[in-house]
Amino acid sequence: MPNPIEAKRILEAALLASPEPVALADLKRLFDDQVGAETLKNLLAELRADWEGRAVELVSLASGWRFQTRPEFQPFAEKLQPDKPPRYSRAVMETLAIIAYRQPVTRGDIEDIRGVVVSTQIIQALENRGWIDVVGHRDTPGRPALYATTRTFLDDLGLRSLQELPPLEEIAKTLQLEPAPSPAVPAAANEPAAG
Amino acid sequence: MSEPAQLPLAARVARLYGEPMLEIPQDLYIPPDALEVILDAFEGPLDLLLYLIRRENLDILDIPMAPLTRQYLAYVEAMRSRNLDLAAEYLVMAAMLMAIKSRLLLPRPPAAEALEEDPRAELVRRLLEYERMKKAARQLDALPQLGRDVLAVSVWVERTIAERLPEVNAQDLAEAWRTLLHRARMLAHHRVSREELSVREHMSGVLRRLQERRVLEFGELFDPARGVAVLVVTLLAVLELARESLLEITQAESFAPIYVKLAHAESH
Repeated sequence: MPNPIEAKRILEAALLASPEPVALADLKRLFDDQVGAETLKNLLAELRADWEGRAVELVSLASGWRFQTRPEFQPFAEKLQPDKPPRYSRAVMETLAIIAYRQPVTRGDIEDIRGVVVSTQIIQALENRGWIDVVGHRDTPGRPALYATTRTFLDDLGLRSLQELPPLEEIAKTLQLEPAPSPAVPAAANEPAAG
Repeated sequence: MSEPAQLPLAARVARLYGEPMLEIPQDLYIPPDALEVILDAFEGPLDLLLYLIRRENLDILDIPMAPLTRQYLAYVEAMRSRNLDLAAEYLVMAAMLMAIKSRLLLPRPPAAEALEEDPRAELVRRLLEYERMKKAARQLDALPQLGRDVLAVSVWVERTIAERLPEVNAQDLAEAWRTLLHRARMLAHHRVSREELSVREHMSGVLRRLQERRVLEFGELFDPARGVAVLVVTLLAVLELARESLLEITQAESFAPIYVKLAHAESH
């Protein structure tokens, strides 16, 4: 077995060379399985500490470990990229949230919660991104597909498991006034809220 | 806002929509250009209801149905008057609101009252769940996303891109040679030739044949009928050519045919 400094460099090289997260099992194979999981995790923690203060960080994700740029440098990276990655619409994000928090769900379940029809494009956009997939079918008429989130979803959002999803907020009885979704409704619009 | 300010507003509404719109509550004046923006801003009837509840700071667990229904219907009516494609869900919700309102108005026998659920309960449950998911969606969107907020780092790994050719070892050549010798012996006549056995000459001969045929099987280079001496010289010629990098000898795998071709044959 190489000494810890060497081992750390070997891990560093393997992780830097891979654009995909590298699983712990694969990292073990670097050392012909001669290094225990606990030692490996310690080495990775050390390596992560070594990179602190740099523009790149080592993160632990659902399918393994990956080096990635820190979010604060994204604006600069984008200057070299002519087209910005588009943001997903609210419809896509709400659908994703329902699948993530209430999985496995059918399209009907999603429609019940959102109160509108879920278009095929929304489901396709999420499927093409590799964030959701069909994990089964509900045994009801039409046998609708049951959707769940994938490992790629967790990886791409920097999560190790669904437990790391932001906790669902309990909704206040009386809702705080938020910025209106559109400036089109003038403030003059205040009608006395009579019961 | 003061009363006088609202009057000309209402007049403008009537003109803009081209039909009497005085019934529209003043608080629902929507500049026509903004209406499509509004429709886009709401993700459906639940979203619109939540917005109305929030704007009026209504108690979501004790929704005053009358004003909520009135405002909701006014929005839907405004959308319809603009001939915007109104999703059927908006109308379904309108019907549901009115159903709830009417159930609240109907007198109920005191006995049934205790058993019967508040007609608004189902709506409240749906509003709360939608609100929860709406917030969750915003939180998900706030997480750093690969490709949008962070990039996977991968350093360039130098990998040799040269074509990997099969390796020929001496054993294979020796084996091929032995086979040839064997064939030559079978054909040997007890005749001593006095041919000029110049290795260089055979080198040229081999090259010439390769000019015509580009690739030859190793055995094709040899003519056992011409005797062992010629075979030996030919082999020497081939080896010499290979040593001078004038030809390439390749073999796909062990015991596969050995091929001989001109080096750099592709370059012209």
